[in-house]
Amino acid sequence: MVPPIDDLYRLAPELVFCGFGMLVMLLEPFVSAARKKWLSVPALAGAVLGLAATALPAAHPGAAYYGLLRIDTFSIFLHLIVGAVAVLVVLSSADYLEREKLPPGEFYALVLFATAGMGIMASAQELMTGFIGLEISSIASYVLAGYRRDSPRSNESAMKYFLLGSFATAFFLYGIAMAYGATGTTNLESLRNAVAQGHAGGLLTLGLGLMLVGLAFKVATAPFQVWTPDVYEGAPAPVTALLASGPKAAAFALLMRILFVGFTASSGAWFWVVWISAALTMFAGNLAALVQTNVKRMLAYSSIAHAGYILVAIAAVGTMPDDAQSVAGIAAVLFYLATYVLMKFGAFTMVSQLGGPGERRLDINGYAGLSQEQPWAAACLSLYLLSLLGLPVTAGFLGKFYVFKAAVNSNLLWLVILMAVNSVVAAYYYLRVIVVMYMREPQQEWTPQPVPRGVALVLLLTAAGTLYLGLFPGKVMQLAIQSALSLR
Amino acid sequence: MQGPLLLTVITFLPLAGALALLILRREDRLWIRRLALTTALAELGLSLLLLRGFLPGVAAYQFEEYRSWIATPPIHYHLGVDGISLFLVLLTTFLTPLAVLASWRSITSRVREFFLMLLVLETGMIGVFLALDLFLFFVFWEVMLVPMYFLIGIWGHERRIYAALKFVLYTMAGSVLMLVGILWLYNLTGTFDLPVMQALLQTGQVLLNTRTEMLLFGAFFLAFAIKVPLFPLHTWLPDAHVEAPTAGSVVLAGVLLKMGAYGMLRFCLPLFPEASHRLAPYIAVLAIIGIIYGALVAMVQPDLKKLVAYSSVSHLGFVVLGIFAFNATSIQGALYQMLSHGVSTGALFLAVGMLYDRRHTHLIREFGGLATPMPVFSALFLFVCLSSLGLPMLNGFVGEFLILLGTFQQHARWAVWAATGVILSAVYLLWAYQRVIYGDVTSENNRALPDATRRERIILFTAAAVILWMGIASPMFTRRMEASTQNVLKQMQRSTAYEARDSRGAAPRAIQPAIPSAGER
Repeated sequence: MVPPIDDLYRLAPELVFCGFGMLVMLLEPFVSAARKKWLSVPALAGAVLGLAATALPAAHPGAAYYGLLRIDTFSIFLHLIVGAVAVLVVLSSADYLEREKLPPGEFYALVLFATAGMGIMASAQELMTGFIGLEISSIASYVLAGYRRDSPRSNESAMKYFLLGSFATAFFLYGIAMAYGATGTTNLESLRNAVAQGHAGGLLTLGLGLMLVGLAFKVATAPFQVWTPDVYEGAPAPVTALLASGPKAAAFALLMRILFVGFTASSGAWFWVVWISAALTMFAGNLAALVQTNVKRMLAYSSIAHAGYILVAIAAVGTMPDDAQSVAGIAAVLFYLATYVLMKFGAFTMVSQLGGPGERRLDINGYAGLSQEQPWAAACLSLYLLSLLGLPVTAGFLGKFYVFKAAVNSNLLWLVILMAVNSVVAAYYYLRVIVVMYMREPQQEWTPQPVPRGVALVLLLTAAGTLYLGLFPGKVMQLAIQSALSLR
Repeated sequence: MQGPLLLTVITFLPLAGALALLILRREDRLWIRRLALTTALAELGLSLLLLRGFLPGVAAYQFEEYRSWIATPPIHYHLGVDGISLFLVLLTTFLTPLAVLASWRSITSRVREFFLMLLVLETGMIGVFLALDLFLFFVFWEVMLVPMYFLIGIWGHERRIYAALKFVLYTMAGSVLMLVGILWLYNLTGTFDLPVMQALLQTGQVLLNTRTEMLLFGAFFLAFAIKVPLFPLHTWLPDAHVEAPTAGSVVLAGVLLKMGAYGMLRFCLPLFPEASHRLAPYIAVLAIIGIIYGALVAMVQPDLKKLVAYSSVSHLGFVVLGIFAFNATSIQGALYQMLSHGVSTGALFLAVGMLYDRRHTHLIREFGGLATPMPVFSALFLFVCLSSLGLPMLNGFVGEFLILLGTFQQHARWAVWAATGVILSAVYLLWAYQRVIYGDVTSENNRALPDATRRERIILFTAAAVILWMGIASPMFTRRMEASTQNVLKQMQRSTAYEARDSRGAAPRAIQPAIPSAGER
């Protein structure tokens, strides 16, 4: 049975990603070893076309496949994020793969498949569909994390990610089963009605709890964040950039749909869970980041802290999920995700570029004197770090500003104060890297790596985006607000 | 009144100059210095245009610019200048060329980056004084941290990294809470625009309950008190001042500290009058402790630069005291003291920096008898010291006198305690001067020190001229400040409630300012 044509439009980005993913795999055996690097061309075409194909679902909003998917502005916003991430990953990894002598074909295919999975997570209006999207993106990511086969760290990374990730998805699946058992439906809108009619028994709460555990693993929030630094450290650098941005955004999207669509009425059940998790996550990320000496690990812990900031905004929505004002909170999360993806991706790409062959230059002290050796690289990394720290004129500041605003609006005074304290703690370790780059003399001779064109483009795009969102957030924020409105 | 974009140009000209520096090759040091100086001087010229166009006796903001910036939440690019910010802008544009000149020879590494940071810093400082939208204000307030951090951290002395980090972390701790306060105020009033917010609060359309007002006051005040710095939040200051390069110290002491006092005057008093009144006695006590403690600590410093740094704690204590005496005279005095401290302490740091350029030390005991090898320098240094300790006819006297006079009218006891600071400042400055300049040349290293060069003479003579001018022509300044300083007190009047305090708050407005504005005519 052929689905109606509109449904195909609504799934267009995923179809493009998967189609080009398979195309790359099909081409792979027919391309001679010397020309393998040209596989990046169909991969890039796939990522760009997939991103562009977002226009099709944007033109045909509505429910697709009997309500399994729901295309709304919210889904479009997330599609733009994950699509952009795919483009950036392909751009930044072409030379990396060549340098590290890794086979490019499978790599690109996996990236495209993972992106398709994330796209499905962004539009899933039904729990099983969300689960399938989660699995598609996760399984591809497990393989990608271990892509440097001969590096023990990469293997360790993949193993840890796989084991813990499987547990997480199992929890998630259990949660779905319980929710189904309690209400007889896995569709989020039916769930909402069931909850509103007072079917929210213990079983449903337990189901919600298990789903939250599963997603907390995926977005790396306390107390389920422990895997993050090991996985991020061991994975190949472009993959780390991917893991820290795309899947996280998609998992937050799924989390938001479940909480804000399916379980709005029982926000009392999850509000405190999110509140406590937000507080724990911020401290767990920031305090651990203080003592890191490896830049990749430090950035990994910092991304945990950022997940905590996002949870603050989610908690803010939880105080008044039905109120019109909750739109500001949801929009804050979406805007934060956009800014976070830009600056985190830029930072990891820069770190990967500076790491050099075999990713050896990762110690913070190895950056001593970088500002004299490679002034533009140092300036660029400083921009990302200052944005992560949340200084004005950068995207990170406005992201944080909107989260603060949502939380103040919801009278979460204590959470706001905890977040403020954390921002200052975080300042210390971001500034430390800048101190080393600008204020210390070089201790060891590093031959500067030539910056490949793809990487340069990624750095330019992310840096420009970081500044653009920091100065003129208006358009993106407008879209985020429409997305938030479309969710209800 | 609508100056066409004058304020925007003044704010962003240094930034444009900074970007222009990037075009020059980093080897062209002379051209880099010249371009930086040209930008700073052009900026000074523009700010003099501002002074010429400024209408004295008008309390409202002038040269206003108002443009929409971010739609949700409504944030505007809103600039304006009044009698309070006018002279602080001038102070900034006056000190920056001096700072550029002072760094002419002493900065030898990464010259381009240095001047770039200095000019970016100038944009940030001017933006802070001109912004009338709380969000915009916060943006400038925070952005300024970055260049200052680099100035201290890259071109500072031995413990520069520690000092730079401490400076940033202290300031950020305060400002993050201020951001929360700003958002909370937005929540209550629905606007970030300062004049609108002010009107809403003043007319009672938005009422803050006491607890909210106290908390909001605290959120703002903490950020400003750290910046001023008010005892016991001052510990970052000696480190930052001592470790910073000369230009950094000049700007830090000259302008950055004033931002804290400016913030109190601009935000704390008008927006939260009840909390200000309630907490004023405690703040005054801290200010007086700061005055005396700063002076005593300055007295025993073996390090000349640290001595000047601690003298700032003492002098800024006067400013805070003057502001929280809620008296037209004392507030005007506080504003005057801010300016004269900027010029005098800036000049002191410049002079100390000249000594450092020669001997690479700040220790007092390394010097002695410098009058013999450096007569011109010694004379000018004395002049600056005298202005800092408040000799009549020089600038320091006017501010301190007005503060003490105004405070005495309100709380005689505060003024009595604070007056001891005037005496102590004479003690530590003259004693240090005596040990450095008079007597026999104690160290052979000092015997052949060159006297002030032409460039250094230009710097010190310019500062001295302004010091003298501010001392004798003070009505020129006060005439332009008057309307705005009185407006602060007017803004503190709420249309409802607070009757009990009205009698007290209204009284000082009847008293004429100590120096009649007619004096100039």
